[in-house]
Amino acid sequence: MGNKFLKYLLKSACPRPQASAWRKPAGLGLLLCLVSTLLPAQSSSPEHPVPILTGNAGFFTNVEAGHTELVPEINPLLLIPLGDRWLIESRAEFEGEFQRPKGGGPYGGKVGNELDYLQVDYIASRYVTITAGRFLTPFGIYNERLYPIWIRDLQPLPLIFPIATGPSDGLMLRGGFSVNPKINLNYAAYFSTQSNLHKLESDRLVGGRVGFFLPGPRIELGFSWQKLLQEERKNSVGFHFAWQPTSLPLNLRSEYARSDNGSGYWLEAAYRLSQVGTWNKVMRRTEVVGRAQQFFVGPNTADVAEEYGLPEVNTRQADFGLNYYLHDGLKATASYGRQFSADGNSNLWTVGIAYRFAFPLGRAQ
Amino acid sequence: MKIKILIMSGILALGSLVYGAGPPRSKDSSSLPVVQSREDAENARIQGEQRFHANCGRCHAAPQKFPPRMMATIVRHMRVRATITDEDMRLILGYMTQ
Repeated sequence: MGNKFLKYLLKSACPRPQASAWRKPAGLGLLLCLVSTLLPAQSSSPEHPVPILTGNAGFFTNVEAGHTELVPEINPLLLIPLGDRWLIESRAEFEGEFQRPKGGGPYGGKVGNELDYLQVDYIASRYVTITAGRFLTPFGIYNERLYPIWIRDLQPLPLIFPIATGPSDGLMLRGGFSVNPKINLNYAAYFSTQSNLHKLESDRLVGGRVGFFLPGPRIELGFSWQKLLQEERKNSVGFHFAWQPTSLPLNLRSEYARSDNGSGYWLEAAYRLSQVGTWNKVMRRTEVVGRAQQFFVGPNTADVAEEYGLPEVNTRQADFGLNYYLHDGLKATASYGRQFSADGNSNLWTVGIAYRFAFPLGRAQ
Repeated sequence: MKIKILIMSGILALGSLVYGAGPPRSKDSSSLPVVQSREDAENARIQGEQRFHANCGRCHAAPQKFPPRMMATIVRHMRVRATITDEDMRLILGYMTQ
């Protein structure tokens, strides 16, 4: 079987005599492939990471202003470590949006698919990691850290989320290091090129983010900036704050963002009921969440704001949620939100389940 | 045809890199902290647990402990994603693979 495969590869690479000039790269690839099989087997040490397929899957029912929508979703994430400094990572998103037609009938709709990122990371030193490819734009903390459905405490995205968080295709330098025992500094600086390739669209822009994390009180403060280098060449700025008190199972997070398309903030608190003595086995798995947010329209027209997925009028929203962790990678979630705007007030209900999976693509022990 | 040959070569080269990435040649950024004694080991465990809660707990619930080679990949991914410091990464990896 193996010999047949090798013969097929050689035949494919050199089908005609005039193609001999192309034997060299194909032969080199084949040689690398063969050499790799001759390398000694890796040990079970954690210093020899294995490729893994991870990600999350979920199913949610959203009721917004009386309209019900079913949303199945899966986000596979492939991680391929190479040697001791390289990592290839890629995440895709498949999301269904199923609604009943206006005249009644079964639920139907489309399934969207997106390539969130496909990047190569090189850990150059303890201070710098170089990333190339398509990557999540490091603006604020939600896009990079809190977006996965098994992580986010409330399933509805913040109103300001679309500001400066479109995907980027380009190059990024990033890293984190201790300034002194009480302060860690983290940073990211990036350039993205304009791309109109299908599923790889991006804008030409430059930006950065810097954050200071105080490990003692577990407080992080940060600032983000982005400049669009095309069309209106607008600037976007943002601030983020996170605090996880050591004495309480509480997570406080907040972001502010401003651009020509609008500005706003969100403030979220998530409290795990692990300190409640009554029914502790249930309570320690339960988390209550609250979020307040506001969005203010910017100088750009409502059409532009809508194109970015932002509200077209000034909007306020309050959300309350409950998460129950069946285990660390599986949670049931429910939330209620009330939105206030000039377009009318509405209720937003969400109930669903989110699951995080991880499989090794090789020997894991 | 040329494109096909180039693509084939690229796939072969990438495949060989994926499956043939050898063990690290030196103890560098991905290495675990050197433990000299039982006291050092306990100290590293405590430090690792603290760093784990300070860094990982900021975003998500505490995950289960995966097998060592999976954990090494996950921690490398999180080092990049969450800009965790080199020292924190090593201590967390040590704690999560004990």
